[in-house]
Amino acid sequence: MSTAAYSALLVAVMSIVTILLRAAPFLVFKKKAPAYVMYLGQVLPAAIIGMLVVYCLKDTEPLAAPFGAPELIAGLLVVGLHAWKRKILLSVLAGTAAYMLLTQLVF
Amino acid sequence: MKTVKAAFAKSLPVMAGYIILGIGFGILAHNAGYGFLWVLAMSLFIFAGSMQYVGVGMLAGGASVLTVILTTVMVNARHLFYSISMLRHYRNAGRYKPYLVFSLTDETYSLLCDGKVPDDTDPDRFRFLVSLFNQSYWVLGSIIGSLVSGILPFSTAGIEFSMTALFIASFTEQWITAKDHIPAATGLLGTLFCLIAFGPDRFLIPAMLLITLLLTLFRNRISAGKKVDA
Repeated sequence: MSTAAYSALLVAVMSIVTILLRAAPFLVFKKKAPAYVMYLGQVLPAAIIGMLVVYCLKDTEPLAAPFGAPELIAGLLVVGLHAWKRKILLSVLAGTAAYMLLTQLVF
Repeated sequence: MKTVKAAFAKSLPVMAGYIILGIGFGILAHNAGYGFLWVLAMSLFIFAGSMQYVGVGMLAGGASVLTVILTTVMVNARHLFYSISMLRHYRNAGRYKPYLVFSLTDETYSLLCDGKVPDDTDPDRFRFLVSLFNQSYWVLGSIIGSLVSGILPFSTAGIEFSMTALFIASFTEQWITAKDHIPAATGLLGTLFCLIAFGPDRFLIPAMLLITLLLTLFRNRISAGKKVDA
Protein backbone atom coordinates (compact mmCIF):
# COMPACT_ATOMS: atom_id res chain seq x y z
CA MET A 1 0.00 0.00 0.00
CA SER A 2 1.35 3.45 -0.89
CA THR A 3 2.03 5.98 1.83
CA ALA A 4 -0.85 8.17 0.62
CA ALA A 5 -3.30 5.26 0.59
CA TYR A 6 -2.19 4.21 4.05
CA SER A 7 -2.58 7.77 5.35
CA ALA A 8 -6.06 7.89 3.81
CA LEU A 9 -6.90 4.64 5.60
CA LEU A 10 -5.76 6.13 8.93
CA VAL A 11 -7.85 9.28 8.35
CA ALA A 12 -10.87 7.03 7.65
CA VAL A 13 -10.18 5.07 10.84
CA MET A 14 -10.01 8.27 12.93
CA SER A 15 -13.24 9.50 11.34
CA ILE A 16 -15.18 6.26 11.87
CA VAL A 17 -14.01 5.74 15.47
CA THR A 18 -14.86 9.36 16.34
CA ILE A 19 -18.33 9.01 14.78
CA LEU A 20 -18.92 5.73 16.63
CA LEU A 21 -17.94 7.32 19.96
CA ARG A 22 -20.31 10.23 19.40
CA ALA A 23 -23.16 7.98 18.24
CA ALA A 24 -22.76 5.06 20.69
CA PRO A 25 -24.83 6.53 23.56
CA PHE A 26 -27.74 7.14 21.17
CA LEU A 27 -27.58 3.54 19.96
CA VAL A 28 -27.09 1.95 23.41
CA PHE A 29 -29.21 4.06 25.74
CA LYS A 30 -32.57 4.38 24.05
CA LYS A 31 -34.33 5.95 26.98
CA LYS A 32 -32.12 7.00 29.85
CA ALA A 33 -28.53 6.18 30.71
CA PRO A 34 -27.85 4.38 34.04
CA ALA A 35 -26.92 6.63 36.97
CA TYR A 36 -23.35 5.31 37.01
CA VAL A 37 -22.87 6.23 33.34
CA MET A 38 -24.35 9.68 33.96
CA TYR A 39 -21.96 10.09 36.87
CA LEU A 40 -18.99 9.21 34.65
CA GLY A 41 -20.32 11.66 32.09
CA GLN A 42 -20.14 14.39 34.70
CA VAL A 43 -16.71 13.69 36.16
CA LEU A 44 -14.70 12.21 33.26
CA PRO A 45 -14.40 15.29 31.02
CA ALA A 46 -12.48 17.22 33.72
CA ALA A 47 -10.26 14.20 34.36
CA ILE A 48 -9.56 13.70 30.64
CA ILE A 49 -8.46 17.31 30.23
CA GLY A 50 -5.94 16.61 33.00
CA MET A 51 -4.91 13.44 31.16
CA LEU A 52 -4.44 15.36 27.90
CA VAL A 53 -2.25 17.98 29.60
CA VAL A 54 0.08 15.19 30.70
CA TYR A 55 -0.20 13.53 27.27
CA CYS A 56 0.91 16.73 25.51
CA LEU A 57 3.94 17.01 27.79
CA LYS A 58 4.87 13.31 27.68
CA ASP A 59 8.00 13.77 25.60
CA THR A 60 9.40 16.58 27.75
CA GLU A 61 12.62 15.45 29.39
CA PRO A 62 12.94 17.06 32.85
CA LEU A 63 16.35 15.47 33.47
CA ALA A 64 18.14 16.68 30.30
CA ALA A 65 18.87 20.24 29.11
CA PRO A 66 16.88 22.49 28.89
CA PHE A 67 15.11 20.52 31.67
CA GLY A 68 11.63 21.26 30.32
CA ALA A 69 12.14 24.97 30.89
CA PRO A 70 10.28 26.15 27.73
CA GLU A 71 7.27 23.96 28.58
CA LEU A 72 7.33 25.05 32.23
CA ILE A 73 7.63 28.77 31.50
CA ALA A 74 5.05 28.78 28.68
CA GLY A 75 2.74 26.49 30.70
CA LEU A 76 2.87 28.72 33.78
CA LEU A 77 2.22 31.74 31.56
CA VAL A 78 -0.94 30.04 30.25
CA VAL A 79 -2.14 29.23 33.80
CA GLY A 80 -1.40 32.73 35.12
CA LEU A 81 -2.82 34.57 32.16
CA HIS A 82 -5.90 32.39 32.13
CA ALA A 83 -6.54 32.78 35.86
CA TRP A 84 -6.26 36.54 35.34
CA LYS A 85 -8.17 37.18 32.09
CA ARG A 86 -10.23 33.98 31.62
CA LYS A 87 -9.95 34.20 27.80
CA ILE A 88 -9.08 30.77 26.36
CA LEU A 89 -7.92 32.16 23.04
CA LEU A 90 -5.68 34.82 24.60
CA SER A 91 -4.12 32.21 26.89
CA VAL A 92 -3.49 29.81 23.98
CA LEU A 93 -2.02 32.47 21.67
CA ALA A 94 0.27 33.96 24.33
CA GLY A 95 1.44 30.53 25.52
CA THR A 96 2.15 29.30 21.98
CA ALA A 97 3.99 32.50 21.02
CA ALA A 98 6.06 32.31 24.22
CA TYR A 99 6.93 28.67 23.55
CA MET A 100 7.92 29.36 19.94
CA LEU A 101 10.13 32.29 20.98
CA LEU A 102 11.70 30.29 23.83
CA THR A 103 12.50 27.24 21.71
CA GLN A 104 13.61 29.17 18.61
CA LEU A 105 15.62 31.95 20.23
CA VAL A 106 16.49 31.13 23.85
CA PHE A 107 16.98 27.39 24.41
CA MET B 1 -34.11 33.74 9.27
CA LYS B 2 -34.54 34.47 12.94
CA THR B 3 -33.18 31.02 13.81
CA VAL B 4 -30.17 31.57 11.54
CA LYS B 5 -29.36 34.90 13.17
CA ALA B 6 -29.79 33.50 16.67
CA ALA B 7 -27.58 30.50 15.84
CA PHE B 8 -24.90 32.72 14.30
CA ALA B 9 -24.89 34.95 17.40
CA LYS B 10 -24.64 31.87 19.63
CA SER B 11 -21.68 30.53 17.62
CA LEU B 12 -19.66 33.78 17.71
CA PRO B 13 -17.67 32.96 20.88
CA VAL B 14 -16.30 29.89 19.10
CA MET B 15 -15.51 31.63 15.80
CA ALA B 16 -12.14 33.20 16.60
CA GLY B 17 -10.94 30.16 18.51
CA TYR B 18 -11.83 27.68 15.79
CA ILE B 19 -10.35 29.80 13.02
CA ILE B 20 -7.07 30.30 14.90
CA LEU B 21 -6.79 26.70 16.15
CA GLY B 22 -7.75 25.56 12.64
CA ILE B 23 -4.91 27.67 11.22
CA GLY B 24 -2.57 26.01 13.72
CA PHE B 25 -3.76 22.60 12.57
CA GLY B 26 -3.32 23.52 8.89
CA ILE B 27 0.26 24.71 9.54
CA LEU B 28 1.08 21.63 11.62
CA ALA B 29 -0.22 19.31 8.87
CA HIS B 30 1.63 21.24 6.18
CA ASN B 31 4.88 20.99 8.17
CA ALA B 32 4.34 17.22 8.43
CA GLY B 33 3.91 16.92 4.64
CA TYR B 34 0.09 16.84 4.50
CA GLY B 35 -1.30 19.59 2.27
CA PHE B 36 -4.60 21.20 1.45
CA LEU B 37 -6.71 18.15 0.52
CA TRP B 38 -5.60 16.18 3.57
CA VAL B 39 -6.42 19.09 5.85
CA LEU B 40 -9.81 19.56 4.22
CA ALA B 41 -10.67 15.84 4.48
CA MET B 42 -9.65 15.66 8.15
CA SER B 43 -11.57 18.80 9.15
CA LEU B 44 -14.66 17.67 7.22
CA PHE B 45 -14.77 14.01 8.26
CA ILE B 46 -13.05 13.83 11.68
CA PHE B 47 -13.93 17.27 13.08
CA ALA B 48 -12.26 16.70 16.46
CA GLY B 49 -9.64 19.34 17.12
CA SER B 50 -7.30 17.61 19.53
CA MET B 51 -7.55 14.29 17.66
CA GLN B 52 -6.60 16.02 14.42
CA TYR B 53 -3.52 17.56 16.07
CA VAL B 54 -2.56 14.16 17.49
CA GLY B 55 -3.55 12.45 14.23
CA VAL B 56 -1.14 14.45 12.09
CA GLY B 57 1.74 13.03 14.09
CA MET B 58 0.37 9.50 13.65
CA LEU B 59 -0.01 9.91 9.89
CA ALA B 60 3.51 11.26 9.55
CA GLY B 61 4.89 8.48 11.74
CA GLY B 62 2.99 5.73 9.89
CA ALA B 63 1.31 4.44 13.06
CA SER B 64 -0.43 1.03 13.01
CA VAL B 65 -4.21 0.86 12.53
CA LEU B 66 -4.61 -0.59 16.04
CA THR B 67 -2.62 2.27 17.58
CA VAL B 68 -4.76 4.78 15.71
CA ILE B 69 -8.00 3.10 16.84
CA LEU B 70 -6.93 2.98 20.50
CA THR B 71 -5.58 6.53 20.48
CA THR B 72 -8.76 7.86 18.88
CA VAL B 73 -10.84 6.06 21.52
CA MET B 74 -8.71 7.52 24.33
CA VAL B 75 -8.45 11.06 23.03
CA ASN B 76 -12.11 11.21 22.01
CA ALA B 77 -13.67 9.10 24.78
CA ARG B 78 -14.94 12.29 26.38
CA HIS B 79 -17.29 12.67 23.41
CA LEU B 80 -19.18 9.64 24.70
CA PHE B 81 -20.10 11.71 27.70
CA TYR B 82 -21.04 14.78 25.72
CA SER B 83 -23.46 12.56 23.79
CA ILE B 84 -24.80 11.04 27.00
CA SER B 85 -25.58 14.43 28.44
CA MET B 86 -27.22 15.53 25.16
CA LEU B 87 -29.35 12.36 24.87
CA ARG B 88 -32.59 14.03 25.81
CA HIS B 89 -32.01 17.06 23.57
CA TYR B 90 -30.86 15.18 20.45
CA ARG B 91 -32.88 11.97 20.74
CA ASN B 92 -35.87 13.28 18.83
CA ALA B 93 -34.15 15.78 16.54
CA GLY B 94 -35.35 14.01 13.38
CA ARG B 95 -33.46 14.79 10.19
CA TYR B 96 -31.03 17.04 12.08
CA LYS B 97 -30.00 14.25 14.43
CA PRO B 98 -27.20 12.58 12.35
CA TYR B 99 -25.30 15.82 11.86
CA LEU B 100 -25.95 16.99 15.44
CA VAL B 101 -24.41 13.78 16.74
CA PHE B 102 -21.51 13.85 14.26
CA SER B 103 -20.59 17.45 15.05
CA LEU B 104 -20.74 17.34 18.87
CA THR B 105 -17.25 18.73 19.59
CA ASP B 106 -15.96 20.18 22.88
CA GLU B 107 -16.80 23.70 21.75
CA THR B 108 -20.24 22.90 20.33
CA TYR B 109 -21.04 20.99 23.50
CA SER B 110 -19.92 23.92 25.64
CA LEU B 111 -22.35 26.20 23.76
CA LEU B 112 -25.32 23.84 23.80
CA CYS B 113 -24.97 21.81 26.99
CA ASP B 114 -27.18 24.07 29.10
CA GLY B 115 -30.07 23.05 26.83
CA LYS B 116 -31.30 26.61 26.42
CA VAL B 117 -32.52 27.83 23.05
CA PRO B 118 -33.82 31.31 22.19
CA ASP B 119 -37.57 31.87 22.18
CA ASP B 120 -39.44 31.50 18.88
CA THR B 121 -36.84 29.24 17.29
CA ASP B 122 -36.99 25.59 16.29
CA PRO B 123 -34.65 24.00 18.89
CA ASP B 124 -33.38 21.25 16.57
CA ARG B 125 -32.74 23.61 13.68
CA PHE B 126 -31.10 26.11 16.04
CA ARG B 127 -28.69 23.49 17.41
CA PHE B 128 -28.03 22.18 13.89
CA LEU B 129 -27.08 25.64 12.64
CA VAL B 130 -24.84 26.38 15.66
CA SER B 131 -23.01 23.10 14.94
CA LEU B 132 -22.76 23.90 11.22
CA PHE B 133 -21.42 27.42 11.83
CA ASN B 134 -18.83 25.97 14.20
CA GLN B 135 -17.61 23.38 11.71
CA SER B 136 -17.43 25.99 8.96
CA TYR B 137 -15.08 28.10 11.13
CA TRP B 138 -12.93 25.05 11.80
CA VAL B 139 -12.75 24.08 8.11
CA LEU B 140 -12.05 27.69 7.09
CA GLY B 141 -9.22 28.03 9.62
CA SER B 142 -7.68 24.71 8.55
CA ILE B 143 -7.70 25.78 4.89
CA ILE B 144 -6.16 29.17 5.69
CA GLY B 145 -3.43 27.51 7.76
CA SER B 146 -2.66 25.01 5.03
CA LEU B 147 -2.45 27.71 2.35
CA VAL B 148 -0.42 30.31 4.26
CA SER B 149 2.05 27.99 6.00
CA GLY B 150 4.41 27.87 3.00
CA ILE B 151 4.63 31.65 2.69
CA LEU B 152 4.92 32.78 6.31
CA PRO B 153 8.01 34.96 6.86
CA PHE B 154 8.93 33.24 10.17
CA SER B 155 9.56 29.72 11.41
CA THR B 156 6.50 27.90 12.74
CA ALA B 157 8.59 25.47 14.81
CA GLY B 158 6.97 25.05 18.21
CA ILE B 159 3.42 25.75 17.00
CA GLU B 160 2.47 22.29 18.26
CA PHE B 161 2.46 23.85 21.75
CA SER B 162 -0.89 25.43 20.82
CA MET B 163 -2.50 22.06 21.63
CA THR B 164 -0.74 21.90 25.01
CA ALA B 165 -1.71 25.51 25.75
CA LEU B 166 -5.33 24.77 24.84
CA PHE B 167 -5.54 21.91 27.30
CA ILE B 168 -3.71 23.81 30.05
CA ALA B 169 -6.08 26.78 29.62
CA SER B 170 -9.12 24.45 29.61
CA PHE B 171 -7.79 22.74 32.73
CA THR B 172 -7.30 26.09 34.48
CA GLU B 173 -10.78 27.26 33.49
CA GLN B 174 -12.27 23.98 34.67
CA TRP B 175 -10.36 24.23 37.96
CA ILE B 176 -11.61 27.77 38.62
CA THR B 177 -15.26 27.01 37.88
CA ALA B 178 -15.59 23.50 39.33
CA LYS B 179 -16.95 23.04 42.84
CA ASP B 180 -15.14 19.76 43.18
CA HIS B 181 -11.49 19.35 42.19
CA ILE B 182 -11.25 15.58 42.67
CA PRO B 183 -12.00 14.65 39.01
CA ALA B 184 -9.45 17.08 37.54
CA ALA B 185 -6.79 16.14 40.09
CA THR B 186 -7.46 12.44 39.49
CA GLY B 187 -6.96 12.87 35.74
CA LEU B 188 -3.75 14.86 36.11
CA LEU B 189 -2.09 12.84 38.87
CA GLY B 190 -3.35 9.43 37.70
CA THR B 191 -1.93 10.04 34.23
CA LEU B 192 1.34 11.40 35.61
CA PHE B 193 1.68 8.27 37.73
CA CYS B 194 1.08 6.03 34.67
CA LEU B 195 3.52 8.07 32.57
CA ILE B 196 6.25 7.50 35.17
CA ALA B 197 5.28 3.84 35.69
CA PHE B 198 4.78 2.77 32.04
CA GLY B 199 6.82 5.26 30.01
CA PRO B 200 5.75 7.75 27.29
CA ASP B 201 4.70 5.14 24.69
CA ARG B 202 2.40 2.90 26.75
CA PHE B 203 0.80 4.97 29.49
CA LEU B 204 -2.46 6.16 27.90
CA ILE B 205 -4.51 2.96 28.23
CA PRO B 206 -3.42 2.27 31.85
CA ALA B 207 -4.13 5.93 32.66
CA MET B 208 -7.65 5.70 31.24
CA LEU B 209 -8.35 2.56 33.28
CA LEU B 210 -6.86 4.01 36.47
CA ILE B 211 -8.86 7.25 36.13
CA THR B 212 -12.13 5.36 35.61
CA LEU B 213 -11.37 3.07 38.55
CA LEU B 214 -10.45 5.92 40.91
CA LEU B 215 -13.48 8.03 39.97
CA THR B 216 -15.69 4.98 40.55
CA LEU B 217 -14.17 4.56 44.02
CA PHE B 218 -14.57 8.29 44.77
CA ARG B 219 -18.19 8.31 43.66
CA ASN B 220 -19.66 8.83 47.11
CA ARG B 221 -17.20 11.60 47.92
CA ILE B 222 -17.86 13.65 44.81
CA SER B 223 -20.80 16.02 45.08
CA ALA B 224 -21.65 15.59 41.37
CA GLY B 225 -22.52 11.94 42.02
CA LYS B 226 -25.46 12.88 44.20
CA LYS B 227 -27.36 15.12 41.85
CA VAL B 228 -27.42 13.08 38.68
CA ASP B 229 -30.13 14.30 36.38
CA ALA B 230 -30.91 13.07 32.89
